[in-house]
Amino acid sequence: MDTAEKLDKNASGRNHAEEPLIDLEEQPMQETRYPEHTVGTPFVDAPKMRFRDVNVSYGDTQAIHNISLDIGKNEVISLIGPSGCGKSTFLRCLNRMNDTIDICRVSGELFLEDQDLYDSKMDVVELRARVGMVFQKPNPFPKSIYDNVAYGPRLHGLANKKFELDEIVETSLRKAGLWEEVKDRLHAPGTGLSGGQQQRLCIARTIAVSPEVVLMDEPCSALDPIATAKIEELIDELTESYTIAIVTHSMQQAARVSNRTAYFHLGRLIEVNDTETVFTKPEHELTEAYITGRFG
Amino acid sequence: MQTGNLLLLLVVLIGLAYYLGHRRAVAMARPLGGIRHLHSLPFYYAMRSALWCAMPALVVLGCWLAFDDSIIREVVLNGMPVDLRPADEAGRSLMLSRIGNVASGALSADTVGPEVAAAAERLTSLRTTSAMALTVVVVVLAMMGGAWAWLKVSPTLRARQQVERVLQFLFMLCATLAILTTVGILFSVLFESIRFFGKIPFSEFLFGLQWSPQTALRADQVAAHGAFGAIPLFVGTLLISAIALIVAVPVGLMSAIYLAEYAHPKVRSFAKPALEVLAGVPTVVYGFFAALTVAPFIRNIGEAVGLGVSSESALAAGLVMGVMIIPFVSSLSDDVITAVPQAMRDGSLGLGATRSETIKKVIFPAALPGIMGGILLAASRAIGETMIVVMAAGLAANLTVNPLEAVTTITVQIVTLLTGDQEFDSAKTLAAFALGLMLFLTTLAMNVLALHIVRKYREQYD
Repeated sequence: MDTAEKLDKNASGRNHAEEPLIDLEEQPMQETRYPEHTVGTPFVDAPKMRFRDVNVSYGDTQAIHNISLDIGKNEVISLIGPSGCGKSTFLRCLNRMNDTIDICRVSGELFLEDQDLYDSKMDVVELRARVGMVFQKPNPFPKSIYDNVAYGPRLHGLANKKFELDEIVETSLRKAGLWEEVKDRLHAPGTGLSGGQQQRLCIARTIAVSPEVVLMDEPCSALDPIATAKIEELIDELTESYTIAIVTHSMQQAARVSNRTAYFHLGRLIEVNDTETVFTKPEHELTEAYITGRFG
Repeated sequence: MQTGNLLLLLVVLIGLAYYLGHRRAVAMARPLGGIRHLHSLPFYYAMRSALWCAMPALVVLGCWLAFDDSIIREVVLNGMPVDLRPADEAGRSLMLSRIGNVASGALSADTVGPEVAAAAERLTSLRTTSAMALTVVVVVLAMMGGAWAWLKVSPTLRARQQVERVLQFLFMLCATLAILTTVGILFSVLFESIRFFGKIPFSEFLFGLQWSPQTALRADQVAAHGAFGAIPLFVGTLLISAIALIVAVPVGLMSAIYLAEYAHPKVRSFAKPALEVLAGVPTVVYGFFAALTVAPFIRNIGEAVGLGVSSESALAAGLVMGVMIIPFVSSLSDDVITAVPQAMRDGSLGLGATRSETIKKVIFPAALPGIMGGILLAASRAIGETMIVVMAAGLAANLTVNPLEAVTTITVQIVTLLTGDQEFDSAKTLAAFALGLMLFLTTLAMNVLALHIVRKYREQYD
């Protein structure tokens, strides 16, 4: 059975059963309910990115507790969990976007292949070129479509000649499935596109610098179902050349696009497993409670 | 009763009408079971009463004050014997002022003819009558209006809508007033300018290279040939404004970027108001700072390197003016830079751009229209600025672009032309209006340009 279907069935079954929701206030979560270690299979062989005992805090508030996780090469890993569980915070550590927040502190081992992300010798510019990011809200620059895609390649000097740049722009737009729609108006402002097109433009802009990993922070939450379907299709194609980590609130989406799924809960990584396993027979009760819609 | 006292009385009446209207509305609501059974809140009934009390009375008061003096004067003049009535306008106003002086006691009644003395008496008595009548009419009107509105208070009266409509009209009136004032200023300057251009040809004024605004009192006067070529003034104005902008734009812009992008919030909360204090310094203070500190400093440096610098120089005035307009550039730029959404920064940083690359390539273009607006506002301010240039730039209308020489500007010349005793039929005085018109048109054109730039190049980021 397809995992998405299974999920739909779970959700609807839950609705009819009308079981009482777990009230988090009245039944305080006991420490023992958190697993000592993340259950499932957080580690893989020859990972693209490797994280051990990552802690993140904003000032005095700890947002992420002891997360250890591997992200495999050319896999799509989805990070799910209720709002405020730290999945976006974690994602933003992976290319050090948290640097822009003064009070954010990150500790633990974070490696991209054999390079330490938070090493003082690490060049954050190079890191972000290798680990690109697509944001929740489409944020094309107020420039032309062409300039939007050419922005990164120009910054990193990826093209010496005009035709090389043209080529990069075309390839990126093709990969993002946007070329046919915009090839006649490359010099029209990128902000004039529809929301879904804007988001694909942002994806094209990200892959134009040939990153190794693409981070997506709820890339479809501002889009309609049709645009969402297109992006999901695109993620499927991109996985051939890129490693993708995607944060999503839609469990159907996680089920549809990812190979592995990581469930976050209140700053802890509860369970990581194959997507199939997470949505059909989750190992941890919190994961089960979440994916069956009991909270979150 | 004097007008001031009458107004005070009117205020009391309006307050009373408000209070009574409020009380009546509340009293009517009580048997119904509370004010929610009224059509409008008691406030609106009270407002309606107050407005009915105020508006007719104020309109009558205003019209009366506007017209009664001229009507009384006309009556007094026409009451004089026919042979004493002056024929022309000048004679009439002379006669009227004599009568007025006698009536106020400034001129003894013995020194003028009995007819004039009689007219003066008539004037006094008419004024007294008018003032009394005004008081009665206004008070009666206010009371009637208030009473009528008070009687009309009922739970079904649509007071809210009526008050809203009156308020809307009031707001519109205020907006119109502001616009009409601008139009009025423009026309007053325009008419005097047309008179000026009747004496001096337009082309001579606009393209003449000589500025020495004198008019001969006698035909045989030596060196009395005035020249009204405004080019030296335009050049002087542009030179000083350019120097000011060269100082203000980079400094203002970079401090704005620092404040918006790099400064810690604590630094920003202190530094931004501190920068804005610069705009609050009175220009006359800047003026003597320029004349007494900066100008001698520049001259000393110039002498040290062997340059002849006049003690009043365009450079000194321009530099100080530049400092003055820094806040216009920095404060507005800071606002627009801060308004660029964080998503733009994230997008750029996420692609591996450094902070300064992000500023240069994304934030600056996105904020450019606002920045241009700030710069043009600063430029208008620089062109129109008077006090600093009067004190520091000099009066000599040299046609030069050498910033070390004394130059003069349009505003300075307007000041010198219009201070002291004037004769409003000479080209010398009227030239001030022509200059004013040019200045007005220049700043207007710049504002229109600024608006256009902002509209055209606005990079919409949402």
